[in-house]
Amino acid sequence: MINVSKKCIGCNKCVPVCPFAAVQLIDKKAVINEACTLCGACVQVCPVQAIEITREEGATRDLTGHKGVWVFVELMENHDKTKHSHKIRPVTFELLSIGRKLADELGEELAAVLLTDKNAGFEKELGAYGADKVYLVENPELYEYNTDIFSTAIIALTHKHKPSAMLYGATIMGRDLAPRVASCLYTGLTADCTGLAIKDGLLLQSRPAFGGNIMADILSPKSRPQMSTVRPNVMKLAEPIYGKIAVTVREDIKIDKSLRRVKVLERKLIHDKGSVKIDEARIIVSGGRGMKTKEKFKQLEEICQLLGGVVGASRGAVDMGLKDKAHQVGQSGTTVSPKLYLAFGISGAVQHIVGMKASDIIVAVNKDPNAPIFNVAKHGVVGDAHEIVPKLIEALKKQK
Amino acid sequence: MHIAVCVKQVPDTTEVKINPETGTLIRAGVPSIINPYDHFALQTAIELKKAHGFRVTVISMGPPQAKSVVQMGLALGADDGVLLSDMAFAGSDTWATSYAIAKAVKKLGKVDIILAGMQAIDGDTAQTGPGVAQQLGIPQVTFCVKIDVDGRKIIARKLIDGGYEVVETRAPALFTMIMPPDYTSKYPAFLDVHASLRKPYHVWSASDIGAENHYLGLKGSPTQVARIYPPPQREKAAMTNGSSQEAVEKILDIMRKEHFIE
Repeated sequence: MINVSKKCIGCNKCVPVCPFAAVQLIDKKAVINEACTLCGACVQVCPVQAIEITREEGATRDLTGHKGVWVFVELMENHDKTKHSHKIRPVTFELLSIGRKLADELGEELAAVLLTDKNAGFEKELGAYGADKVYLVENPELYEYNTDIFSTAIIALTHKHKPSAMLYGATIMGRDLAPRVASCLYTGLTADCTGLAIKDGLLLQSRPAFGGNIMADILSPKSRPQMSTVRPNVMKLAEPIYGKIAVTVREDIKIDKSLRRVKVLERKLIHDKGSVKIDEARIIVSGGRGMKTKEKFKQLEEICQLLGGVVGASRGAVDMGLKDKAHQVGQSGTTVSPKLYLAFGISGAVQHIVGMKASDIIVAVNKDPNAPIFNVAKHGVVGDAHEIVPKLIEALKKQK
Repeated sequence: MHIAVCVKQVPDTTEVKINPETGTLIRAGVPSIINPYDHFALQTAIELKKAHGFRVTVISMGPPQAKSVVQMGLALGADDGVLLSDMAFAGSDTWATSYAIAKAVKKLGKVDIILAGMQAIDGDTAQTGPGVAQQLGIPQVTFCVKIDVDGRKIIARKLIDGGYEVVETRAPALFTMIMPPDYTSKYPAFLDVHASLRKPYHVWSASDIGAENHYLGLKGSPTQVARIYPPPQREKAAMTNGSSQEAVEKILDIMRKEHFIE
């Protein structure tokens, strides 16, 4: 319930902050209408604490005995077929790095949850990045990701060991798996977090919303485990300590074949040279309509090879057939957050911006000094990409 | 076969701007739209209806004004519409929302396919679809770009990390949809809007769907918003004008400074 008390002075501060147009000023008093979602934005700005949200308690649950921070280990196909068929997806190491800090703060242990058909000594790497323990479920049915099978296994482990928090990568897999688990456990899940901390013993989760226009801090105080999916490339990677091996705890979980209700008929992975994927790339060199032809666009690949990056494209460039959809950055493509985003000939439609503005350093080259891409760029270059790109390639070659 | 499509009314986040002085959202003049991913899910459902003669129910949850997105579904060709609207739903997070929608789907009776957008552009969580599937105990296929139905068998083409998969499942199942790049959204013609006003439309409360109040709204939601604040502002771009050679030097400079090159 939300109430405006007599303390309201009609200052109008709450009206503009409401994301849902649910507050109006009537007779110099704030009135809240039915569009209200109880988000609390008005409560925060009220200078006289006149607005109050009261929470009725839900079923109280026993949270005692929940300890430990867990990280879901996401595996990906290994393109190097001379080695094991799977390897650990890099976001897992980022989760362990932040998970280590959270666990230390809580004085609890950090555990990695590894579901696989064949463990290939993964505990070495997991330990190096901070895991104290690896809960290992090794079962032939875990040969590939399946929502029902993976969620069932995690739910079983969670019931048995009662972690206080659990982190997943905000990858397609993580965002498919985590909500299924959270729904079953009736526990809080926060999507696509860009910040995690401990506050009064709780996991404080920060995330962007409204297309990145606002930030929200989210808590899950009354259920365990507190779960988050975490945006790749955001959490700082810890320096690995090789030789620190995590203790492996084998878990025998029965997985019935009938759980596989969705069957994979075909899988195609689109590899870039060096097999780096765009959502995990450290450097992205991206082109838009301004690149004009396939040949010119190809030059961006050359820059990528010299820098060790991945090619990105705006929707405009994809629509023109300059690059395939797998490289598309933006609302209907992939959301990326590399350390360096080089944008050539991209004007910066808002649908593109929402997909790349989380990048660390954005350098944009565009002919139009008023291109919106410059509003999010750290460095803007007004110039012709067609002239600059070949010269940049030459200069980078000289560097080598 | 009976398809239920879940749609949400959202503020057009591409129109949302920040007041640089107060750091708050400027929402004046920001239109409410159907969530674009849901729009695609809706069009997918209508195409399946045209091809196979399925029945399509469009379902939404929100304040009374969210009727407009249900109405749009009807105008595009859905057979009936339901809006879950009740103050008891206010403040629901993705868990409580999934609970309410699952309850409503159960009330609809036999539903074979549930379609929803991959995520909503206001919350960007992608959690409600899988939550509904879990509550109903049916399989989910997320991030789908295409659905084909052959009897009870459903084939979906879906995105995975770094590529795509073609998967097979059987009804009943839930699919979340993301539009392919060649997609264009369709809007209803005036006459269809007019005709849709005579189609069955229901507003259901929490008690209509048999939802238990302690699972709804703020008190039923495991997550709580502790604070909302403006994102850290980026400084204005440092601009370089000059010859292309100077531009290249500048780019190299930046990359050196940030240690991307030696």
